[in-house]
Amino acid sequence: MISASEHKVDHLMESLKPGHEPDETALFPVIDDIITSYHGQGGALIPVLQTIQNMLGYLPENSLRYVSKAMKIPFSEVTGVVSFYSFFSTQPRGTYLIRVCMGTACYVRGGNEVLEAITRELGIRVGETSDDHQFSLEVGRCFGACGLAPVVMVNDTVHQRVKPSKVRELIAQYQQAAAEKMEAAL
Amino acid sequence: MVDITINGLPCKAREGITILTAAKEAGFTIPTLCFLEGTTPQGACRACVVEVEGFAALAASCSTPVNNGMVIHTNTKRVRNARRDVVELMLSEHSGDCQTCVRSTDCELLTLAQNLGIRNISFTGESLKNTIDSSTPALSRDPGKCIKCRRCVTICHDIQHVGAISAQFRGYDTVIGPAFSRPMDSVACVQCGQCAAVCPTGSITEITHIEAVWKAIDDPARHVVVQTAPAIRAALGECFGYEPGTLVTGKMVTALREIGFDAVFDTNFTADLTIIEEGSELLKRLEDALVHGKEVALPQYTSCSPGWIKYAEYFHPEILPNISSCKSPQQMFGALAKTYYAQKIGVDPADMTVVSIMPCTAKKFEAQRPEMNSSGYQDVDYVLTTRELGDMIKMAGIDFLSLPDQKMDAPFGISTGAADIFANTGGVMEAALRTVYALVTGRILPAEGLHIKPLAGLEGIKTAEVTLTDTVDRWRFLEGVTARVAVAHGLGNASELIERIKETGEVFHFIEVMTCPGGCIGGGGQPRFTTDDVRRARIDAIYREDEGRELRQSHDNPYITQIYEEFLKSPLGEKSHHLLHTTYEERETVEML
Repeated sequence: MISASEHKVDHLMESLKPGHEPDETALFPVIDDIITSYHGQGGALIPVLQTIQNMLGYLPENSLRYVSKAMKIPFSEVTGVVSFYSFFSTQPRGTYLIRVCMGTACYVRGGNEVLEAITRELGIRVGETSDDHQFSLEVGRCFGACGLAPVVMVNDTVHQRVKPSKVRELIAQYQQAAAEKMEAAL
Repeated sequence: MVDITINGLPCKAREGITILTAAKEAGFTIPTLCFLEGTTPQGACRACVVEVEGFAALAASCSTPVNNGMVIHTNTKRVRNARRDVVELMLSEHSGDCQTCVRSTDCELLTLAQNLGIRNISFTGESLKNTIDSSTPALSRDPGKCIKCRRCVTICHDIQHVGAISAQFRGYDTVIGPAFSRPMDSVACVQCGQCAAVCPTGSITEITHIEAVWKAIDDPARHVVVQTAPAIRAALGECFGYEPGTLVTGKMVTALREIGFDAVFDTNFTADLTIIEEGSELLKRLEDALVHGKEVALPQYTSCSPGWIKYAEYFHPEILPNISSCKSPQQMFGALAKTYYAQKIGVDPADMTVVSIMPCTAKKFEAQRPEMNSSGYQDVDYVLTTRELGDMIKMAGIDFLSLPDQKMDAPFGISTGAADIFANTGGVMEAALRTVYALVTGRILPAEGLHIKPLAGLEGIKTAEVTLTDTVDRWRFLEGVTARVAVAHGLGNASELIERIKETGEVFHFIEVMTCPGGCIGGGGQPRFTTDDVRRARIDAIYREDEGRELRQSHDNPYITQIYEEFLKSPLGEKSHHLLHTTYEERETVEML
């Protein structure tokens, strides 16, 4: 999916410092490559944005400004698309992005109660990231898994038929994984 | 043609047209809100729903094409209830202040609610917040009154190619505005006000200068002069119930005197002056290129329309050297009022207030450009739109319909027919050619009625050719030259023309650009609602005004001769350079943070 040349992407990743926006001199050539790979295709804006977000975990505002200029799409339209889709984020996200589905089926089968339980457990609200940068919480609008409602996604993993009482266990599993990762790094 | 039935009446309809158009042609009225003539239908508001036999759901008539055999009902219980529900839902979140709203007399939402007989709102819920954004000089935005019809988005993107505003966020949180709903001054908005012209409610309006103007008038120490743009006289009457295209020049002058202005002048005077300066500039560019072999920027573009100037500064900085350095007629007027006229009548320019009546919102922006102070003061203090003047006349208790006609004051109230036609697309070019042709050949422009037919009308891009023969000695280098000119109105058309020239290398010498569709008569500050029919009616009126004049060429204006003799000395001279010409700056469309 990432269509930028590898050494440019490596350079970009190296330039990323926690808590800082990516360096423009590293970021923009990568965006140029991504845009070029979609050249001539109508409706390329969303895949371009997806590619950038997959790479960085979020969409820094300057990346949107640059996309607007390079693709000759008004900035208001670019931000309109970004702010419409809950998948896109303009804020850096935690290691684990928890998205609770609020689509009709999940909502009816208790999605909101699941969301409240997660909010309590993590001490953060929708759109926020925990202080230790481990978890971000967002709501989604239907992941297309209505038969498994209510659904919670953690990064790319779908958790089905989640009950509020099982939320603590679910989160603990990721906290443990995070701790193990940290230990391994040390 | 297809056969359809509307409310039991069999009709023929052209293939491909919408139910809305077919119904209108058959004489049935369907209410609309988001519908905007000449643009792709949004189908956003659902106020125009109708019942089509065989369709499970109601159809939005603005975006449903007719099919052969279609049986349509525009007035059933189901339709009436659905429309009422739709509008009640809008009203339930609309934060209106209908008694005091500037749009209370022409609000399309209010009118529709009345027409649907809504007497109570059955839905309760959260109301939108009134967060007024008045960060730009010309336009004010209040999302609390917005019904998300997206007419403003359509006109800003599709017609003007500016794209300053779009829908941001989602669902109930949707806001129509700049990126992330930030203030308007953070984005590339050209202030043309076409958004305000098409807004059905009071959500986008001009920033008013009415109170400031009253304050100046009420101050006996101030000498308050007013200038009226050419396009006002063909539209102001609409504020008082006259048909579009009714000329009210004489009544307008009387009303301005009754309001209390100390002198009533005409922007037409400086439109004539613009022709002399801009025509001389064009001839100088041609002479530099053809005689002296210099590198000069051609074609020359006109500079009267401040929205176009700001647009070029943002989106086409490469052609800034091609844009005439002439200030717009409004700004030439301000600079001369506070110098030449102030000296003439012995008034300290510090005690003078210059007010403009403009069909335009971008003129409010232009008057505040920091370089527009060559008199030593802000040259134009306040700008009122045609609509605001209409409001002031009402506030003054003036019975406009029964006013007698009066004439403008000398010296700045005297003008020619060439100045009148600055109001419409093609007009500045025609006026310029009348004078340039006469200067170069010593003869009157050989065009029937002095009109250049291919430049008239509402076609987006128009071109014409004029061959110069039997030239006078001074301009002999132009002998046999065919001048090619182009005209574009609406910024999307201007952009298209610029790109076309870049791609094809097509040669033009002079290009007129007006920001708004139809030119100033369709400006963002004109009485609502401006359709193509209204544009045509106003343009016809402007041509009538021109044709009724004794003098129809700018260089025939005796007061223009006088001001050069007494004050300016010569076109493009030192004084002109200082007072009548300006410079432009490149602006970033999207600035990196």
